[in-house]
Amino acid sequence: MIPQELLYAKSHEWLKVDGENGTIGITQFAQEQLGDLTFIELPQEGDTFEAGDEFGSIESVKAASEVYMPVACEIIAVNESLEDAPEKVNDDPYGDGWLLKVKITGSTDDLLDAAAYQEVTEEDAH
Amino acid sequence: MPYVPHSPEDVREMLNVIGVNSVDDLFAEIPADLRPKSFDLPKGKSEMAVLQKMEKLAARNTTDLTSFLGAGFYDHFIPTAVDALVSRSEFYTAYTPYQPEASQGTLQAIFEYQTAMARLMGLDYSNASVYDGGTALYEATLMAVRKTKRRKVIVSEALNPIYREMLDSYTGNLNIELVTVPHNHGRTNIKSLTAVIDKDTAAIIVQNPNFFGSVNDFTDLFATAHEHKAVAIMSTYPVLQAVLKTPGQMGADIAVAEGQSIGQPLSFGGPYLGIMTCSKALVRQMPGRVAGRTEDGEGRTGYVLTLQAREQHIRRQKATSNICSNQALCALRTLIHLCLLGEEGLRRTALLSIERAHYAAERLTSITGVDLFTKGPFGNEFAITLPVNAFEIVDKLTERGIIPGCPLGRYYDGLENGLLISCTEKTTEEQIGIFAEILRGAI
Repeated sequence: MIPQELLYAKSHEWLKVDGENGTIGITQFAQEQLGDLTFIELPQEGDTFEAGDEFGSIESVKAASEVYMPVACEIIAVNESLEDAPEKVNDDPYGDGWLLKVKITGSTDDLLDAAAYQEVTEEDAH
Repeated sequence: MPYVPHSPEDVREMLNVIGVNSVDDLFAEIPADLRPKSFDLPKGKSEMAVLQKMEKLAARNTTDLTSFLGAGFYDHFIPTAVDALVSRSEFYTAYTPYQPEASQGTLQAIFEYQTAMARLMGLDYSNASVYDGGTALYEATLMAVRKTKRRKVIVSEALNPIYREMLDSYTGNLNIELVTVPHNHGRTNIKSLTAVIDKDTAAIIVQNPNFFGSVNDFTDLFATAHEHKAVAIMSTYPVLQAVLKTPGQMGADIAVAEGQSIGQPLSFGGPYLGIMTCSKALVRQMPGRVAGRTEDGEGRTGYVLTLQAREQHIRRQKATSNICSNQALCALRTLIHLCLLGEEGLRRTALLSIERAHYAAERLTSITGVDLFTKGPFGNEFAITLPVNAFEIVDKLTERGIIPGCPLGRYYDGLENGLLISCTEKTTEEQIGIFAEILRGAI
């Protein structure tokens, strides 16, 4: 259920590391909690962030919540297609529903592996 | 008489339940230096004493003057049906009901109002209204600051000075830099405005027709603003949108207006409503209420508040604005008024007002020493320069039953002889003739 090859933040973002670059999205658990997404607000190419910075917000039919950077980085691409089709994040959070491509500029040491993240979701679900 | 429903015992009991010792403790969140030192309110009086005082004050009003006063607020004819319809008890409530399961009528009325406003301005969306035109302009400014994450706002000096003062006062503690670009003999100085737009500009604010009545096309100016990723904000006079190029056609991102001129009596300055409309790209920054049309599970049409994720009743600390109210009843008046007039009726109102103003300009400038100050095209309002101080003329003519207009010296240094004059469809040629002759005698 939880992809083994990714790193996770406690705030339910995932990071796929590919050399010095990475892809960022929100987890299956996060999209289930939010429900049907209606709007995703994302930063712009070239913006830089520290780990833990708020980088946008996600609105669903139920609520709106912020999303946080799992790692210090610079934005190199934004998934523009989500502007008209935010439901992609519901349908495929680890694939077509990716949010950002980034150049990683900080450490990933504090992120969780799949097993540790599994525990976080079990705690949060109660 | 205190006119406060809570007895000291009630207050004590409520504080006990909350678990604080005093009303001051209740507001401990607010730093002491941000709290009002005093509300400067006199002691309460009996109902009878209050009524007597109010009647005395009301008796000092003169109500039978012929007025050529505009300056952002216009005395248009309001069909009698507006009052009759809006005073139905279903609409008369101190609190606007929004719960969709109980308030379909109210929500639909707001939705229809929004549709009418968006069409009038030629833009995509409208909110349910805010307090007044000046507040709408301030909220528009903040939309631009949030959207661009920039702090510099360029303001035309030909924007209504009342609004400029409001912007100054509202943004005073917000670390926003207001750059005012001087008017050019009553014209909006497009060249100078264009020259100061840069990469730090959050918004450019202009008015059409401007304070002096002058009509402009801001298409090129707005294009320059967009090249620098700045937001183009236009303040307008809604009645004239029936005949002028709309903000949307010029490429404005946000158009705001004082809605008084459609359906509200002047009524000593309020209550009015602020019209706020914007393009699709900015709709999520729009503060206040937005009603939307949708379908329920069975496919039936229903109306709901929508795009409320940035409203304070959803996420207080993330809210776009602390404005939590609209002017629903005034907005309903505006909608009913517009529906009764129809597209053609609004056009005729605008054209008649413009026609009367041009006739007045002709008659007044035929007086020796009186010149037209407003150069180029104007709508239903224009400025003249007198050979004498305008404040004196206002005093003299008011005694003769005519308010000749707004003395420009009140807001603009060096224009002490300037007078701003407006006409509506209610202004008659006879009134204009009498005004001209009395003015001729007074100079």
